[in-house]
Amino acid sequence: MAGALLFRPNDTVNAFITTIPDVTYSDGVLSGVRVAVKDNISTKGVETTCASRILKGYIPPYDAHVISLLKDAGAAIVGKTNMDEFGMGTTTENSAYGPTLNPRDITRVPGGSSGGSAAAVAAGYVDLAIGSDTGGSIRCPAAFCGIVGLKPTYGRVSRFGLIAYANSLEQIGPMARSVTGVSDLFSVISGQDKMDATSVDRPYNHIPSPDINGLKIGIPDEFFGRGVRPEVADTVREAVMTLESLGAVTVPCSIPSMKYALAAYYVTCTSEASSNLARFDGVRYGPGNSNRKSWHDAYSEIRKTGFGEEVRRRIMLGTFSLAAGYFGRYYQKAQTARQMVRDDFSRIFKDVDIIAGPTMPDIAFTLGEKSDPLQMYLSDILTVPANLAGVPAISVPCGTVDKMPVGLQLIGRLFDEERIIDTAYAYEQGVS
Amino acid sequence: MEDEIIIGLEIHCQLNTKSKLFCSCSTDFRDNDPNTHTCPVCLGLPGTMPMVNRKAIEYALKVGKALNCEVLDESEFSRKNYFYPDLDKAYQITQYDKPLAVRGKLLVDGDDGEREIRITRIHVEEDPGRSVHIGTTDSGKYTLVDYNRSGIPLIEIVTEPDLRSPKEARKFLNKLRATLEYLNVFDSEKEGSLRVDANISIKGNERVEVKNISSYKGVEKALTFEVTRQRNLVRRGQPITRETRHFVEARGITTSSRSKEEENDYRYFPEPDLLPLKVSGWVEKIDLPELPDARRERFISQYGCSVEHAKTLTGGLKLAEFYEKTASVDNALAATWTSDYLLGELNYRDFSIDAMPVEHFRNLLKLLKENAITDKSGVEILRIILDAVKEGNIPETPDSIVKRLGLAKIGGGEIGSMISNVLAEQSDAVADYYAGKMQALNFLVGQVMKKCRGRADPGELNLMLREALDKKE
Repeated sequence: MAGALLFRPNDTVNAFITTIPDVTYSDGVLSGVRVAVKDNISTKGVETTCASRILKGYIPPYDAHVISLLKDAGAAIVGKTNMDEFGMGTTTENSAYGPTLNPRDITRVPGGSSGGSAAAVAAGYVDLAIGSDTGGSIRCPAAFCGIVGLKPTYGRVSRFGLIAYANSLEQIGPMARSVTGVSDLFSVISGQDKMDATSVDRPYNHIPSPDINGLKIGIPDEFFGRGVRPEVADTVREAVMTLESLGAVTVPCSIPSMKYALAAYYVTCTSEASSNLARFDGVRYGPGNSNRKSWHDAYSEIRKTGFGEEVRRRIMLGTFSLAAGYFGRYYQKAQTARQMVRDDFSRIFKDVDIIAGPTMPDIAFTLGEKSDPLQMYLSDILTVPANLAGVPAISVPCGTVDKMPVGLQLIGRLFDEERIIDTAYAYEQGVS
Repeated sequence: MEDEIIIGLEIHCQLNTKSKLFCSCSTDFRDNDPNTHTCPVCLGLPGTMPMVNRKAIEYALKVGKALNCEVLDESEFSRKNYFYPDLDKAYQITQYDKPLAVRGKLLVDGDDGEREIRITRIHVEEDPGRSVHIGTTDSGKYTLVDYNRSGIPLIEIVTEPDLRSPKEARKFLNKLRATLEYLNVFDSEKEGSLRVDANISIKGNERVEVKNISSYKGVEKALTFEVTRQRNLVRRGQPITRETRHFVEARGITTSSRSKEEENDYRYFPEPDLLPLKVSGWVEKIDLPELPDARRERFISQYGCSVEHAKTLTGGLKLAEFYEKTASVDNALAATWTSDYLLGELNYRDFSIDAMPVEHFRNLLKLLKENAITDKSGVEILRIILDAVKEGNIPETPDSIVKRLGLAKIGGGEIGSMISNVLAEQSDAVADYYAGKMQALNFLVGQVMKKCRGRADPGELNLMLREALDKKE
């Protein structure tokens, strides 16, 4: 039934940048369900900042395709969630609006970059949330906050209206406390869009089933090796055993291209970002520059003061990778490595139905713990391969280490979200 | 020995599709205010994505086919990154290392007969917006940006360095323009619809790129200036610097542009928001219309036009159509009067062929064919009509002009009496004639013509005057 609701969360973890106190909603499968939306997704009439100073005050004149779909399904969109600026980060500390705290332990980060969406769900402010995942930005905070998050197959959800960070890698995806919630939300937002040339006509209409009898699961060595905290690896191994007890069969496998994955990811995403973020110049939206200067001086100033440090770092890295004389050594080589990752996945998926491993190599960091950018980048190692290959991946809670949640990551074949959702559902039902 | 001039052109043409290249905004903004033909996509608002206009690709493929290019089954859009206020995304979506079409050719009536100019590539890209500077550069107060043009589809046509003179470059452009018009993919009268960058060198020396040429006539002017400038440098033994120069249309010169802004590294990379452009099978389905060369041959065979007239009359689509609409009155008269008289009068007034109402011209041809007026009166009538158009008035028909001004050719009797009058008045000239001074005859003809305001047939007048003089003797 169509209606209205009041939304006044006691947002102690700083999950939201903007809340919409009075929300009306229409009929539909999500009628009246409170949904939070990451602040890099355009919402008509509602400020959309990407957690950046450079977009402060920017009110999009149009809705992202997923927002139109959500509104049509009756969802009550109650607010815009905090994030790492433009999606660049793994902790939601890189926000011009302050960090989001992890509802499970407020001394820790919620993960990122969709940290606000994960925290809003984990804290119970909303039922469902929309995030975006460029290199793990849905799965990481889902794992750190103990909720479920799905990065769909590239092309299965329209990106129209998602403020681009790295177009070839990112997807909008659902986050919820349960697999069913993720599945319900995914069925609303998936499908082809005539405004996104990379979207594919593969709508998702599936009811999760816990039957995984005979499912073949690949267990890649690389997901349990160096750099992964042993307690996290053990917790995930136990979860895999649970899946086996439910009828699944495990097979050891290897993704040799993983050693190039992180470099390929960071070169690709920073290259695309350097181009995507060039339009933020203060001319058409965001805080302007009233000083009468030559245009390049005005541009330099607005971009120096409007972007945070991590964003500036990535823009510079990407600019360098695309520069004449370096293109072949960086961007092009990254694409070759990316193809190797794709090839590894398609080889492995000839023998197995899904791949399982930890979502993150560790539990949620304490605030300020990862001060070295390279250390931070390394923590994306287990999530970036799915983005490079375009395949779907889900993170589902599978226990705790030091009282903090651990995520089980299930990676599927292209457009085979149904299978990883069923597996996650089987696990969730099996342990509850 | 004359030095060899080497010229290659890069031509940007706006395609006249109804909507823009990557969104559905209308392209027809000529009579509208700035920033009224825009949407989130062509304003480059965050989160928007391009969708390729199929029609624009079809138009570009037509051009590729007409210029005998190889069309690549799969081409790719890339981003050309640079900062400028009228470039709202800070990158232009264009094609880089995988263009739509390559290796074509166009036959041009060159300096030494017909020559084949090779086309390197044709690619599709979007036009940026337009900056309007208020005040001069030094004292300028501000710049306004109009994004109506942002996203208009362009093709860039690049030639090999096959052109050998500024004149040949102009002829190439004229032929190219005619071809684009015949394909109905281009509106040459739209301001800024064609922009040219030219590379020019004198063999054995560095080449210079001249940018910012926005008219057909400008190309020849800019290149002629460059030839002189470069030859002078060579003559003085000074080196030619490899550089980019700007054409200053108003002064007809090129100036060096050493600004840092020109030295861009465009950091091209494939546009991740668009899939590879696959066009296999499209080209085969395209039916090309009759192109300028074919039409020229047809004018010669069907209407009996001279080669020169046929070339002139097929040099533009509207002109060719105009001719065909008037040829039914009289092929030969229509050809002569269109190419030898009408075009001159139009050029003089900076008019296109549209200015001349077809029915008026047919009427004029009929009067000429019926021998009802003299050529001189014919030209006078043309001028009266075009001047009326220039004033914004509805022009009078030739019939009515003839009537009002009494331009009807006068008959033998009337000529005869005027001759008698003139001979009586000009006895000195008559005497000179009898003394054998032939100039006197011309003078007397002129006097009679003047008296009858050009309405006498010159041949008839000449004959009658001689007869009268001889009789008198």
